[in-house]
Amino acid sequence: MKKARVAYAGAIHEATPHGEQIRLADGRVLEQGEVVWLPPFEVGTIIALGLNYADHLKELSGELTVTAKDEPLVFLKGPGALIGHNGQTRRPADVAFMHYECELAVVIGKTARGVKKAEALQHVAGYTVCNDYAIRDYLENWYRPNLRVKNRDTCTVLGPWFVDAADVPDPHDLQLRTLVNGQVVQQGHTGNMVNDIAELIEYLSSFMTLRCGDVILTGTPEGVVNVHVGDEVVTEIDGIGRLVNTIVGDEAFGR
Amino acid sequence: MHSNPCHLEFDVAPYRLSGVVYGTLLNHEPAIASLGPAAELPPYKAPAKAPVLYIKPRNTLAGHGDAVVVPADAPELEIGASLGIVIGRTACRVAPEQALDHVAGYTIVNDISVPHGLFYRPSIRFKARDGSCPIGPMVVPRSAVGNPDALDVRVWVDGALVHSTTTGERRRTVARLLADVTEFMTLSPGDVLMLGVAADAPRVRAGRQVRIEIEGLGQLDNRLVNEGVPQ
Repeated sequence: MKKARVAYAGAIHEATPHGEQIRLADGRVLEQGEVVWLPPFEVGTIIALGLNYADHLKELSGELTVTAKDEPLVFLKGPGALIGHNGQTRRPADVAFMHYECELAVVIGKTARGVKKAEALQHVAGYTVCNDYAIRDYLENWYRPNLRVKNRDTCTVLGPWFVDAADVPDPHDLQLRTLVNGQVVQQGHTGNMVNDIAELIEYLSSFMTLRCGDVILTGTPEGVVNVHVGDEVVTEIDGIGRLVNTIVGDEAFGR
Repeated sequence: MHSNPCHLEFDVAPYRLSGVVYGTLLNHEPAIASLGPAAELPPYKAPAKAPVLYIKPRNTLAGHGDAVVVPADAPELEIGASLGIVIGRTACRVAPEQALDHVAGYTIVNDISVPHGLFYRPSIRFKARDGSCPIGPMVVPRSAVGNPDALDVRVWVDGALVHSTTTGERRRTVARLLADVTEFMTLSPGDVLMLGVAADAPRVRAGRQVRIEIEGLGQLDNRLVNEGVPQ
């Protein structure tokens, strides 16, 4: 079962796939472009992982002092950063390196506190795709990466579909990729996570209670490159979804 | 369970909190100064230019009078008394001169942390423990509060005054902080932004009663208890 949240004709609706179209819960069948796509579930705490793919860790090794053996690099994000499928993300005019990050987003479905790895996946409701942009120009070495890098308005894209966990037999056997203007620029496999989903839930729930709607953004593989105004960025995970986003400039925001 | 400060009601818009709470690290000049030359050395390499922020997620929220659990792996907790700036109007790219117009009022936040001396990585394990962000006892409308950058702040443990500071001596005043933060992230009505904790925040063990008082905002009381002890 896949579902989305969309705005249409003055209200917010739950929608399901209907061939190439979508069907609202009230029966209306619409083209995908007729609706405004929102993040596909009510988002609680947003928990993001840095450096959780072995290949990405290697890619950034020149500027890092961590190793895969360290405690997971976890940071939190606020709700203001979120946008949905087919949205626009702002690239400030003064930056040199802004990049996408294609990530498997794991949605918690049942309260988790002190959960062991073996039981952890029972606490997962489902999955979606996240494109978690970062602007490396703004990195400073204090609570790094800080909110100016990772919690910017429009820079956390979620969707298009929430996919039930029951429909994803192995979340660690998924191909993910990013395309910029149709060119594949990033490829990876969810089997290459340094800390897998069950380990992340065990780790996080050892010190904080996870609740329904909390989401874990599980990190990105190697292949992050700069994006420019006008670029169409597609982050895609097989079986989960194809999330489209467009980079826009300061002018769109009256800056 | 902890009481949710979102149930606090107050008499000016938006009448309740959203539950979104942002903290500000190292905004107190004496706290910055206490780092000394370390701020220039690895892993930091330079003092921070932008505000350094963090999030107190919803599992941390607690209310006036709630017990706060001292986790088994931390002998004592740091009591971070902070002014809580409650947003009243959507704040995006506000100028310092207009910033306070976006404030509904002020409250007290006890930003409790597992003590940590290294600020290189976001310290979720230290900052996001369940119940580690009591807020209250009320939200006082901005019109009833004097200069938010000159309020007395006191922390009492079991009735003894252990920490006495003010909301002054900040790298960024309330208005400047709102301007610099909303340059890149919009704050919504009911969100809370903390001005930040002062230097030498007291550390407290389980069994103690903590009171934070901010001039004009009342007193926020919470007892620290051991993990696993019935409350």
